[in-house]
Amino acid sequence: MKPRPYMNPYLAGVLLGLLLTATIYITGRGLGASGAFKSAVVAGVETVAPAHTAATTFYKEYAGDHAGNPLMNWLVFEVVGVLIGAFVSGVISDRMDLKLEFGPRSTAKVRITGALGGGLLWGIGSQLGRGCTSGAALSGMAVMSTGGIITMLAIFAGAYVFAYFFRKLWI
Amino acid sequence: MGPLVPEIIGNDLNFIVALVIGIAFGAILEQAGFSTSRKLVGLFYGYDFTVLRVFFTAGIVAMIGVMALEHFGLLDITLVYVNPTFLWSAVIGGLIMGLGFVIGGFCPGTSVCAAAIGKVDAMIFIGGAVLGVFVFAEGYPLFEGLYKASSWGSPRMFETLGLPQHLFAFLLAISALGAFVLVSIVENRVNGVEARPIRMTRYYIGLASIGLLVALSAFMFPERKAALQHMVADEDLVRSYPLDTMAVDELAFRLLHEDPSLQVIDFRSAEAFAHFSLPGSTSFTIDNLFEKEPNQVLTLRHKTNVVVAEDESTQRRIAIMATELGYTNIRVLRGGLEGFRRQFLEGGSPLVPGSATGDPATRFQEHARRVLPELIRKSGPAGPVKKTQKRVLGGC
Repeated sequence: MKPRPYMNPYLAGVLLGLLLTATIYITGRGLGASGAFKSAVVAGVETVAPAHTAATTFYKEYAGDHAGNPLMNWLVFEVVGVLIGAFVSGVISDRMDLKLEFGPRSTAKVRITGALGGGLLWGIGSQLGRGCTSGAALSGMAVMSTGGIITMLAIFAGAYVFAYFFRKLWI
Repeated sequence: MGPLVPEIIGNDLNFIVALVIGIAFGAILEQAGFSTSRKLVGLFYGYDFTVLRVFFTAGIVAMIGVMALEHFGLLDITLVYVNPTFLWSAVIGGLIMGLGFVIGGFCPGTSVCAAAIGKVDAMIFIGGAVLGVFVFAEGYPLFEGLYKASSWGSPRMFETLGLPQHLFAFLLAISALGAFVLVSIVENRVNGVEARPIRMTRYYIGLASIGLLVALSAFMFPERKAALQHMVADEDLVRSYPLDTMAVDELAFRLLHEDPSLQVIDFRSAEAFAHFSLPGSTSFTIDNLFEKEPNQVLTLRHKTNVVVAEDESTQRRIAIMATELGYTNIRVLRGGLEGFRRQFLEGGSPLVPGSATGDPATRFQEHARRVLPELIRKSGPAGPVKKTQKRVLGGC
């Protein structure tokens, strides 16, 4: 079956904006994603090497901010929800397909390296910038946070500056 | 008043809320086309600006939505998480993420979304991102200096720029509309589409009018505090505004009889309050009027709230703000606290103590002059309203 067309972008934007408003009204915080990755890393390292987490600054600071099990975290639940929601949406619109996507001039090997390297950069960058596109840029814009808006501008500026050098990956 | 967490929605129920919000978030992202890297990066090569349209529309709608909730007193903005500003880590972290975007083709949220519908590159990206967080955690001593440099606290952009909130919101919304027009032109040029990107069809006219209305609505929701303070700067309005009052005699009578329905809300400085305060009074700041927890004091039923300050015109200004915020049973003390002190607490008694010649009113005043100072001395200051609530921890 042919995948269904995507939703009108402005309509999707309005729905996402209303969802974000409701999220802030209900919980006092915005949406996010990279925080869940952080919780997963902390939980993983804590399980494998508890002595190490007890002695390392980063994990100690995390434990200072977040009491209890790192996986009992709002963003972890939210990201599990994202997985479910996207899966259901993909099934409904016939977009389920196990595949590796890359540009016409790129190769599978290059794409795998790029996805891994890009992910790595996001992991580091989102920790340094205290949030990613959802937590810092989008939610930051909703509450007009100076830091969030600066991070947003830096993400887009960075992407446009570097886009030229990596054009063979995509076009 | 929001946020509903933690009083109305408990911390455990909040996890269910997170799951439900996440499901909606994932479904919207997927329906918008955020589950394919080629569509996502189209933004940086000019062939597909879907992401920019969805992202900025959502940001503007949420920004106006939050402003409206705050304006109508439904949301205490001081309890909402505002991402802190650390200048250099925001800039450099952002640039690294930008580089990651064009190399990896996703951002963390969209990678989860794409992995859910079977995109292998998204799954690898998630692995990379987890590895990246691990690298940051282990290399934290290297990053820490940059991570914590130039801390500005948690300012909001309009404060940083020194603009009124609604003007900044309007300008941002107009910039977004301008960006939508611009990217439509670029998109058609890159894709070799001949048709004009924006035509006078019902669809585009509808979009433009809704967009402009949303942008203009920013002016309907000025920041409440700023708007009210501007309103009470008008002397004529302050004089003519209808307010219920209370005479100093009535206040003294109700204090003497320890009337449980009386609430004295004292708006003087904390020092003045510590030095001298009426029995059972509560110290308030003007900010407290706009906050979720302190203002519960003012919404108790069957209570008469007497606004107290040194002089009557200050009291009137505060009482007008409180009335405009929707609080009822607000009264101002005629003559202010200075009038009350003059009447009952200062100077010698105008009458000979114990003389039975005065009319009942005079006799009451005389009685009050004897008893009130003692009552005030015994009661001592009650202290300011405590804010026990903390901002929730948000962000990524």
